[in-house]
Amino acid sequence: MSALASLASLTSLFAGSQASLTSPDFSEGFDLAWVLGRVGLVLLVVHVILILGALLVWAERRVSAWMQDRLGPNRVGPEGLLQPLADLGKFMFKEDVIPAHVNKAMYVLAPAIALVPAMVTFAVIPFMGHVSDAGERISWQIANLDLGVLYILAVAGLGVYGIALGGWASNSKYSLLGGVRASAQMISYELALGLAVVPVVLLTGTLQLGGIVDSQAQGTWFLFTQPVAFFIFLTASYAETNRLPFDMPESETELVAGYHTEYSSMKFALFFLAEYTNMTVSSALVVTLFLGGWTFFGLENLGPFMGLLIFAVKTLFLLFVYIWVRWTLPRFRYDQLMNLGWGWFLPLALLNIVLTAGQVALDLDWLMFVTPVVAVGLTLLAVRVRQNRDEAKDAAREQALAAGALVHPEAGR
Amino acid sequence: MSLTPSTPAPSSPPPPIRVSRAKVKSVTRTPPTFWERLFLPSILKGLGITFRRMFQKKITMQFPEERWAVQDNYRGAPVLVKDEEGRPKCVACSLCEYVCPPKAIYIVPAELEPGNTVERGPAVFNINMLRCIFCALCEEACPEEAIFMSKEFALWGETRAELIHDKETLYKLGGVRPDPIKKWSNK
Repeated sequence: MSALASLASLTSLFAGSQASLTSPDFSEGFDLAWVLGRVGLVLLVVHVILILGALLVWAERRVSAWMQDRLGPNRVGPEGLLQPLADLGKFMFKEDVIPAHVNKAMYVLAPAIALVPAMVTFAVIPFMGHVSDAGERISWQIANLDLGVLYILAVAGLGVYGIALGGWASNSKYSLLGGVRASAQMISYELALGLAVVPVVLLTGTLQLGGIVDSQAQGTWFLFTQPVAFFIFLTASYAETNRLPFDMPESETELVAGYHTEYSSMKFALFFLAEYTNMTVSSALVVTLFLGGWTFFGLENLGPFMGLLIFAVKTLFLLFVYIWVRWTLPRFRYDQLMNLGWGWFLPLALLNIVLTAGQVALDLDWLMFVTPVVAVGLTLLAVRVRQNRDEAKDAAREQALAAGALVHPEAGR
Repeated sequence: MSLTPSTPAPSSPPPPIRVSRAKVKSVTRTPPTFWERLFLPSILKGLGITFRRMFQKKITMQFPEERWAVQDNYRGAPVLVKDEEGRPKCVACSLCEYVCPPKAIYIVPAELEPGNTVERGPAVFNINMLRCIFCALCEEACPEEAIFMSKEFALWGETRAELIHDKETLYKLGGVRPDPIKKWSNK
């Protein structure tokens, strides 16, 4: 009950005055209640994310088992729900090995560097909200930054330092390869990720995530008006979180365990947790940017907790998709990964930006429905054009071979 | 004795590598079609397959609760049985002890109280399950049909002592087996 009561007090903190939604004006004295409320909220959100991360490990194991005709962990607690606790106990009591050949300071620091940006990102994501009397949707988040989208892109990019440093500090070849892969992958996909958000920002005219949610609730979800951007963002976020089919930094089959080969005990657990926290945050981000955030066609009018429920359901569904995709698709080869990032997503994202900018500049209502069709059509056309090019190349090689030229059989492939 | 190494044989050119044309199988590579190049249709198809599999019957057997159904002639742990009225059948003749190839059985015979139709029984009957080889010779040797190979295959213990089954354990595992001979009532 006390937890509910504290939740209620948090609600009043949000809903009370307009001032509490933005930073307080400290010129009129230090507002202790505001600060304490904010700290309480941060603690609450941090714990929810951590517990969700632990539960995701359980979900991942259960879902993967179901997909493989197995049952998965179902012994500890009802349906194995307490398995995360057992795992935590195991991690706690395992020997915390720091190999002699590592760079100790960086080695110890890396797991924290991996985890913190993942958690800090959540600060600007509006996870619930209320509809004001004027019909305006006011989002609630920990920090209402005007530069929300930029903040997320900036902080999310820091996450790779944990992985790269962990790989480097481990002073082992597998770890180093994992770390290098992670940073190369991050550079390639950060671009596509950032560019995929640009059309959304163009259409809403704000970098504030609350404004983006509100704009979607007034119009339609950007999933429908920006399908190409949605697809690029979703795929790039898979690459950003180092999840299959893009788990090159970890790739068990080639690199043992990639960047965390040398880690054990809680340090390893932190890396693990960072991955799942990243998943949660990017799912929440996709929901906010493309799937209408905490709104669902007027259902959010029922109250702020309805908004929270809507947000949670959408985010959990995307998390399920993460797991679902992981246990369906095989890992990309490294050159395929780079080809996809630089050769497809980057140009497509740029094309999409040009189209959307044209739509915004022309400012015609019906263009809203034309842009996605044109974007998808141009994408298909690009696939077709590249197919023609490849086939022409193949034909030329066949001809050269028939003419007696010495051509390597794999040349041009 | 000359220390000069023997001159190597004059090198002959290596035999030419012959590739029989008949054995070379050429693989025709069909270039991917437009549909295949999109990849998304096949990805969605794969996702559909994994999603459907989630709801199929699971093949996991949850061992302690569910067990394999063993064959009728399965030889599990040897056990001692009692008749319908709960009286032990073993008369401590020690034939099983004698026949046991790994010497896993240890019997101390004792005389039962006078007045019984059965005069002998085991005071101690131990089977060392760490030695037992599940050969069922004891079952075959027993003239009184008192020892049987059960279907019990999950034997475990935390100490070696736990795995020496004493008389009580053996009777508990064995339970009751109806006896047509009725040696306790008619001699």
